[in-house]
Amino acid sequence: MNVKFLTLAVAASLAAPLPSFAERASDGEVRIIYWQAPSILNPFLSGGTKDLESASLVLEPLGRYDQDGNMVAWLAQSIPTVENGGVSEDLTTITWKLKDGILWSDGTSVSSHDVKFTADYCMHPEGGCSQLSNFDDVASVDVIDDLTVKVTFGVPKPFPYGPFMGSTSPIIQRAQFENCMGAKAPECTEANFNPIGTGPFRVTEFRPNDVISMEANPNYRDPSKPAFASLVFKGGGDATAAGRSVLETGEFDYAWNLQLAPDVLANMEAAGKGTVVSAFGTLVERIMVNLTNPDPALGDERSTAAHPHPFLTDINVRKALSMAIDRELLVEIGYGVAGRPTCNILPAPPIYASNANDACLIHDIEGANNSLDEAGWMPGPDGIRQRDGVRISILYQTSTNAVRQDFQALIKQWWSEIGVETELRNIDASVFFGGDPGSPDTYQKFYADLEMYANNFDGTDPEVYMGNWKCDESPSPDTQWQGANMPRYCDPEYEALLDEMSKTGDLNERARLAKAMNDMLMQNFIMIPLVDRGRVSAHSNSLGGVVLNTWDSELWNAADWHRID
Amino acid sequence: MTDLAASGAERPPRSQWGDVWDQFKTHRGALAGTIFFAFVLLAVVLGPVIWPIDAQYIDIRARNSGPSLEHPLGTDQLGRDTLARVFAGGRASIAVGMTAMLLSLVLGTLIGVVAGFFRRIDGPLMRLTDLFLALPLLPLLLVIILLFRDALRTAFGPETGIFILVVFVIGITSWMQTARIVRGDVLALREREFVLAAKSVGTPPRRLISRHILPNVLSPIMVSATLGIANAIITESALSFLGLGFPSDFPTWGRLLFDATDYLQQYPERVLWPGLAISLTVLSVNYMGDGLRDALDPRIRGR
Amino acid sequence: MFHYTIRRLLLAIPTLLFISLILFLLLDLAPGDPTAQLPLTIPPEVKEKIRLSLGLGEPIYIRYLLWLQQFFVNEPLHLLAEITNIDLSGGAQRVISWQTRSPVVDIVVQRMPQTLWVVGLSYVIGVLIALPIGIISAYRQYSWFDQIGTFVSMVGFSVPTFFTGVLLIVIFSVQLGWFPSIYDTTHRVEDWPSFLFQVKQLAMPVAVLALFNAAQISRFMRASMLDNLNQDYVRTARAKGLAERVVLLVHVLRNSMIPVVTVIALGVPTVFGGAIITEQVFKVNGLGQLLITAIQANDIPMVQTLTFMFAVLIVLFNLAADILYGILDPRIRYD
Repeated sequence: MNVKFLTLAVAASLAAPLPSFAERASDGEVRIIYWQAPSILNPFLSGGTKDLESASLVLEPLGRYDQDGNMVAWLAQSIPTVENGGVSEDLTTITWKLKDGILWSDGTSVSSHDVKFTADYCMHPEGGCSQLSNFDDVASVDVIDDLTVKVTFGVPKPFPYGPFMGSTSPIIQRAQFENCMGAKAPECTEANFNPIGTGPFRVTEFRPNDVISMEANPNYRDPSKPAFASLVFKGGGDATAAGRSVLETGEFDYAWNLQLAPDVLANMEAAGKGTVVSAFGTLVERIMVNLTNPDPALGDERSTAAHPHPFLTDINVRKALSMAIDRELLVEIGYGVAGRPTCNILPAPPIYASNANDACLIHDIEGANNSLDEAGWMPGPDGIRQRDGVRISILYQTSTNAVRQDFQALIKQWWSEIGVETELRNIDASVFFGGDPGSPDTYQKFYADLEMYANNFDGTDPEVYMGNWKCDESPSPDTQWQGANMPRYCDPEYEALLDEMSKTGDLNERARLAKAMNDMLMQNFIMIPLVDRGRVSAHSNSLGGVVLNTWDSELWNAADWHRID
Repeated sequence: MTDLAASGAERPPRSQWGDVWDQFKTHRGALAGTIFFAFVLLAVVLGPVIWPIDAQYIDIRARNSGPSLEHPLGTDQLGRDTLARVFAGGRASIAVGMTAMLLSLVLGTLIGVVAGFFRRIDGPLMRLTDLFLALPLLPLLLVIILLFRDALRTAFGPETGIFILVVFVIGITSWMQTARIVRGDVLALREREFVLAAKSVGTPPRRLISRHILPNVLSPIMVSATLGIANAIITESALSFLGLGFPSDFPTWGRLLFDATDYLQQYPERVLWPGLAISLTVLSVNYMGDGLRDALDPRIRGR
Repeated sequence: MFHYTIRRLLLAIPTLLFISLILFLLLDLAPGDPTAQLPLTIPPEVKEKIRLSLGLGEPIYIRYLLWLQQFFVNEPLHLLAEITNIDLSGGAQRVISWQTRSPVVDIVVQRMPQTLWVVGLSYVIGVLIALPIGIISAYRQYSWFDQIGTFVSMVGFSVPTFFTGVLLIVIFSVQLGWFPSIYDTTHRVEDWPSFLFQVKQLAMPVAVLALFNAAQISRFMRASMLDNLNQDYVRTARAKGLAERVVLLVHVLRNSMIPVVTVIALGVPTVFGGAIITEQVFKVNGLGQLLITAIQANDIPMVQTLTFMFAVLIVLFNLAADILYGILDPRIRYD
């Protein structure tokens, strides 16, 4: 394993300059606004970002990712690796050692039994744990001693950092959740709303879907932190209002995920009360190409492998669609500093980022026209290109969101310049991403020719993500329309690469394979990547210590936050 | 009815509608409202002919520009011409507003009159009204879309199909208030002397309703109509925002107003035009309603 | 009238049961899924397990009966236990929200104060301004007062609250800094300064909603007054030498109230339904926000319970309106 990547050294930024008056609870109140309100503080019962991030103020994992995607020991003494003996040579076990003397906020000490309990809690078959995929292939979790716990996997795990790493897998207290296993999980309202944790804050009042009040944890491991005595976590409203309350009226200190038009955001920042911060992760806004025929006349066989798409199966058409898009302009209109054009579906971390496809950055209407001409798609009497009676007329769907609707309108215009007719459709996000097999409008059913949305992956390892485009991941009636392979892409060569990756431990080799897979998808135009989307948040000018992190919870270092005058 | 006879005696006999028109003309507000409404109708119908820029055409270099000769009302964040969008948006908004309002009015009046007049079906009809009032709008819309969108789209094409759907959805979710109000009035009217008198001379129910009941519940219906048209225009924009209405690049007044709200501070003029268009249209309908009600009231006529 | 009331109340039970069934079927049929808001990185197998843990694996009639039992048996028993400390429920499951995994009724109770403060108060204020405006506008038809009233109420009704709310925030919070743009639901009124703060944070949302409500009610009041002012009985009353004030406020007003009572009776339940857009604009997080987030998250127990409570209020208030008709106009009889 690459020591550089899995560096044990705590990133220099963690030792950020502390205020000279560093003393716990000396800086009054910090006010955070999320325009989606947290519903529950138990991250295992809700996977929503709002819930995970609010809970991350209270509950902590053994290790976190820092702002560069490096692993950092948190409750553990160090990140286990093969080099330091924490991960076995055959890649089937990982042994974590807890730091000494860590206390829960109720004053009792944290032990490896809590860690094992957390795994048991999530892996309970009736619990409906949303973070279960972190525990994939875990055969057993064993307590070695009070501070040591060993996770054994059923198969070799080249990347064994699923359990207990990052905001999706924090440690909960056994004493509190002991009677909340499995089917009883929802009955423990008190525990789910007021979890006892090791984080810098503890809950004083939780109002579901509204506001959380917290105070400094008196038993936090660093006696000088957190700087704030109390914390208000307000939820609700919309991104515009959240941005306004930090940047213009100064009512709040920190606003999360301000996906707003760049000029609106710039105008708010000009009021001079706060600062917009952004950072990039793996989130890519992309257009998925349907390789199967969504014609309603096909009934139950719509959008299934039984019927290839009449024109999108022609690579020249897909290529022309991609070439006609001006990604620079999309970024400028939609995301500003929070976006950059991308030609990859796997844009980060840096070792996985390919530059073999960068030709797509050039907006080339002429080239797109040539590509279609050469393939025999000629403009018909109505100006729409056709071949053998098949017109290039596209139904292009996405979820409802102001930026996406602007993108749709722009792209529709570019495509009209290459003789492609486009009908736009936007669908309410709760239906589009709902996965209800009864609805025709879900992104899995894909009853359209193209669809646009954004996706990313947890943590820094892309293996699971690249596995999305396996043939048997294609949604179909046989799978109740579940699966992540929206294009219904099937290529044995791709799966061979994937197979190889699952057996490879060496990081550089894994990177080569991941890049090869990315290039394969991109050069076949199975998906059309548009924008590498960063996270944009804002903090008031008087709030210090904010380090925006897209690999873990945004509030990961709230213990270091402090007031600057 | 005596007034009517008296005014008729002085002049050559005229149709009742002629009298209504004479009275309507003397109502200044109504006349102004009618003229303005006719102007709006003309503008949205002929506007795209006079001002031939395509409302969906994006001129990205001209985005966020203020009023100029090229774009008299400026452009939006993608460089689409605001004037063209206000014209095109008016077409959809007025068409939806009028038809949905008429549908909900007809449904509401019918159910209200029938429930108020015929005791036997009052109970069931009012329980039905309660049911409709209780249905949550959003899930109901999702279900309607689920069941009918694809069928309508194949039968009428995307735009007409969506139009029918939107009108239907707004119509059947907004008739209940009219129905309750009309029924309340009819319950009281039914016991009035003139209705009892007409009944006692054997007037059949249908004529009783059209001659005696309907003219007397006209004013709440007119108010419902005015409020209904505003409601329909706004609801339509909410629908398209939820992805349940017209495609997102299809302008409507409500949608223009919604999109412009984010830019309220930078480009306040952008909210002005759709906001003004909606308010003035509703206002003109209101005055037309006022005038029509006065004109149809035989007691006022001729005063 | 008494028999009528009793009969209607009894009839309300099957009506409401039927409504609850329709609501349940509607919510079940509506597309959407409780796992829709989870990140796409959570794999489908895990989502399926979450669905099963929520009880979605059961057939629909079982789920409906379960809800009936939880709402009509377990909740009252729990309430009884809370009040009297006599626990007959035996820890039976209450109606549990899928989003928060906590009892729905507790959250509803938690949301009551801000809903009543904002939506309730604005309704009361709306009615209180609408009635005099409607009466004066009708009495002095086409006067300046009437013209301005018409203009303001038409603009107030036709400009949506998503716009007026933001406009007020930009003017009064951003530019002038007078009022907070975000409502603090944890604020408690204890003394004069905290009361002043409460007034400040109420000012904008209440103004927006009150304008909207007043616009609608004043139009109906005006129209109905106008109808009655031209009736023969008014001329008779005046001819008899009754004071104008008596004619207007006793005879005309009483006879004009039927449509207004109808509108108000339809409006009161909507107070408890919250005001979705206004609550969102001002971050009030009342019952409206609760309902819309529950709908978006496909939290069926929550939506079902909220809409059912709403249905109960609708049925009751429409009954109250029907009874009031009889009091306002004794000629209306239902027996």
